[in-house]
Amino acid sequence: MRIGLVVNPVAGLGGRVGLKGSDGADVQEKARALGATPHAAERAALALAELRSRIGGPFTVPTAGGPMGEDAVLDAGLIPDVRYRPGDPTTAADTVRAAAALAPHADLLLFAGGDGTARDVLDAVGASVPVLGVPTGVKMHSAVFGATPRAAGEAAALMAAGGVRIRDAEVMDLDEDAVRDGRVSARLYGHVRVPDVPVRVQQRKVGGTVTDPSSVRGIAAALAERLGPSELLVLGPGTTMRAVANALGADVPLMGVNVLAGSGTVVAADVAAAELEALAGTTPAWIAVTPIGGQGFLFGRGNQQISPAVLRAAGRDRLAVAATEAKLASLGGRPLLVDTGDEDLDADLRGHLPVLTGHGRFAMYPVR
Amino acid sequence: MKTGPTPSPLTPADAEIGPKPPLRRFHQARWDEPLLFELGTPGERGVLPPLSQVPADVVLPDGLRRAAPPALPELSQPQVLRHYLRLSQENLGADFNVDVGQGTCTMKYSPKVNDRFVRDPKVAGLHPLQDERTVQGVLEIMYRLEGLLKEISGMDRFSLQPGAGSAAIYTNVAMIRAYFAARGEAETRDEVITTIFSHPSNAACAKTAGFKVITLYPDADGYPDIEALRRAVGPRTAALLITNPEDTGLFNPRIEEFVRIVHEAGGLCAYDQANANGILGITRARDTGFDLCHFNLHKTFSTPHACGGPAAGACGVSAELAPYLPTPTVEFDGTRYRLDDDRPESIGKIRPFYGVVPNLVRAYAWIMSLGGAGLREAAEVAVLNNNYLMAKVLQIRGASVPYAPGRPRVEQVRYSWEKLAEETGVHSEDIGVRAADFGTHYWTSHHPYIVPEPMTLEPTESYSRAELDEYAAILAEVAREAYEDPETVRTAPHRSTVHRAREDVLDDPATWAVTWRAYRRKVLGG
Repeated sequence: MRIGLVVNPVAGLGGRVGLKGSDGADVQEKARALGATPHAAERAALALAELRSRIGGPFTVPTAGGPMGEDAVLDAGLIPDVRYRPGDPTTAADTVRAAAALAPHADLLLFAGGDGTARDVLDAVGASVPVLGVPTGVKMHSAVFGATPRAAGEAAALMAAGGVRIRDAEVMDLDEDAVRDGRVSARLYGHVRVPDVPVRVQQRKVGGTVTDPSSVRGIAAALAERLGPSELLVLGPGTTMRAVANALGADVPLMGVNVLAGSGTVVAADVAAAELEALAGTTPAWIAVTPIGGQGFLFGRGNQQISPAVLRAAGRDRLAVAATEAKLASLGGRPLLVDTGDEDLDADLRGHLPVLTGHGRFAMYPVR
Repeated sequence: MKTGPTPSPLTPADAEIGPKPPLRRFHQARWDEPLLFELGTPGERGVLPPLSQVPADVVLPDGLRRAAPPALPELSQPQVLRHYLRLSQENLGADFNVDVGQGTCTMKYSPKVNDRFVRDPKVAGLHPLQDERTVQGVLEIMYRLEGLLKEISGMDRFSLQPGAGSAAIYTNVAMIRAYFAARGEAETRDEVITTIFSHPSNAACAKTAGFKVITLYPDADGYPDIEALRRAVGPRTAALLITNPEDTGLFNPRIEEFVRIVHEAGGLCAYDQANANGILGITRARDTGFDLCHFNLHKTFSTPHACGGPAAGACGVSAELAPYLPTPTVEFDGTRYRLDDDRPESIGKIRPFYGVVPNLVRAYAWIMSLGGAGLREAAEVAVLNNNYLMAKVLQIRGASVPYAPGRPRVEQVRYSWEKLAEETGVHSEDIGVRAADFGTHYWTSHHPYIVPEPMTLEPTESYSRAELDEYAAILAEVAREAYEDPETVRTAPHRSTVHRAREDVLDDPATWAVTWRAYRRKVLGG
């Protein structure tokens, strides 16, 4: 198996000096002025060293030149196969071009960076090759990173050993300027394919991995039982909800909000807020959503189409929050989060919500 | 500045800094031991069984007769003894190692003398279909054991018939279901509340019995979230099933409030006392308001665990729930003991006959040998041992105790090696396997996997301070290796008879071989 590497050398530069991100040349310059030094290559080398210790080496790694991968590959005692030469200084466009150049030469593309890098990699490679993030950024809301650089290396080694499934994972888009102003504003940017190695949670066969199919089938069956013949089921975005749609016999886009009828037929796919408000305003609807893995946002991130008006029309009793136990575990005890844009509604949703974890199984989980 | 005698140049440097106590030079025995079925010589005999007492003129129906004699191994007694002694050296048997790492599956010393009672023909020769006039002795033991458990828990009646663990929990759930059915509430009370750190069997048994399950997560202090409980209870609540202390080792300080909230909603409360090892003689389920409870006799009362086999449980209930106990119960009229099968509201039989009598005898003997003060002392020493070990483990680089850090625990602790795993790539499971290289046991019973890289230790009262020191020193040594030489840990075991087992084979029914016949069919292809 060929494992490629692209490093965003400035990822994480702003974090240690309190800039909440590293997007843009201005911020990077400011970070350097404040004394920040790049550590992305060092962390990428750690991931490669872990990989090497598990599968033996040295072997050749398709990568980009200098700080964008070559240095890290050499540091880890491996052989770089440079497929792209970046400019100096490097820019986000270099990440996109490097990833696109490496994709045809890799069965797994490791990228070192944060959410911004994940977005660039997604733009460049889409679903053409599985990817996995080595976390070196300030924000890693996307569910595409190993918990640590070593964990990323370990996941790559497991994939190299064979038998690892590939799943879709969420890439988040956070507005750094908003964060600097004290607001958190993230949305679902898209999906990439990652090796299904739940590195955050101890891996042992306990019937509850991230994509545990029996839990998802149980969730789907429980939702179907509740759904009256003249009611609608509004499904939020995400892989859990798409699996629910599949279990109900429907095929829906992964992104966006979709509406099913009780019979399982798709009433509307990838709806906008206005369309959804019109549908839910006339027909009773269940709203089913799943929190964003590892992060916990329930409303206000990636599913803004489910507007306060839609939620109010459905009513709290027709709100179905679903998550596998493994997904709840990935929150590490942190509460679920709501940010609908309507403070009164947010206040109503806070407290404890029953989260559907399987057929006839609930977790009473805090929402903040 | 350090003072004192200068170390002699003849003293090895590591004598000063080496682990204390020194780690034993353990190596598992390696015997090329054939299977029992491959040993022996045709015609060889170990024992001559007594002749059948069945009269010669009794003819068995064809369906009960073997077509051919059974293919039993034929070998002498000393050969059998050597065979099993060799096998016992090829694993980490309970008599050899400090097995505090069995996690939630309490391992404590089962006094050998109790096995002599069980091997006595008066017990070993009992037949479950004997006339009850001929089994007065064992019925008396059961009746007395019930009395002791009533005193220990405060409950009004017990059944000793269920198996332990899940079987006992299921018995309690079945009684809860019968109770509400009798009150005409079977349809409306269909929800059971439990907590994420209660034994997962509580959720599983409730689900199996047809209830919906609501699981409470911990609050910021690591205790079951009482606000979540308030939100969860209602007219549909049938029961709260809760382990206390939970598997984190934390005792819920608001347990009486939990019981009150559920009672006010009309539900019942069942106390899973799987972790009762640290509370004997200190708290009682009934005094806290619980309506049902169960003990795992194989844990708390020092009988063999038996790995899913002949474990014994004990389900206790308040007088209100006594009519629903499994049948039969053991009754005493002042002269004779009898089995009462005439119990119209009973949930019926949970296990055949009386339950696992040998373990009931062992538990009775253990309680009688300790007495009330001894039980409490056993609990206190278990708590002391646990917190002593925790203080030592927390000094090890990479180890931590999530949830309510800094608080003492009851009889076990769920630790986390998350930091060590992040820094070294060595996982909890690797540490457990490497610990076997030092002759100690460390299993992986840490369900549910909410704590990352979990390790659950439960020292019980049976281990000496020196043994706990040795166990902690082994963990410290393995952690040091993880930082300095992770490859050694990851490729462990190095001193065992066999290398790491392939879990995919263990998990796949197509490759299980739990009998010789299955082994022949699935592995040898015969």
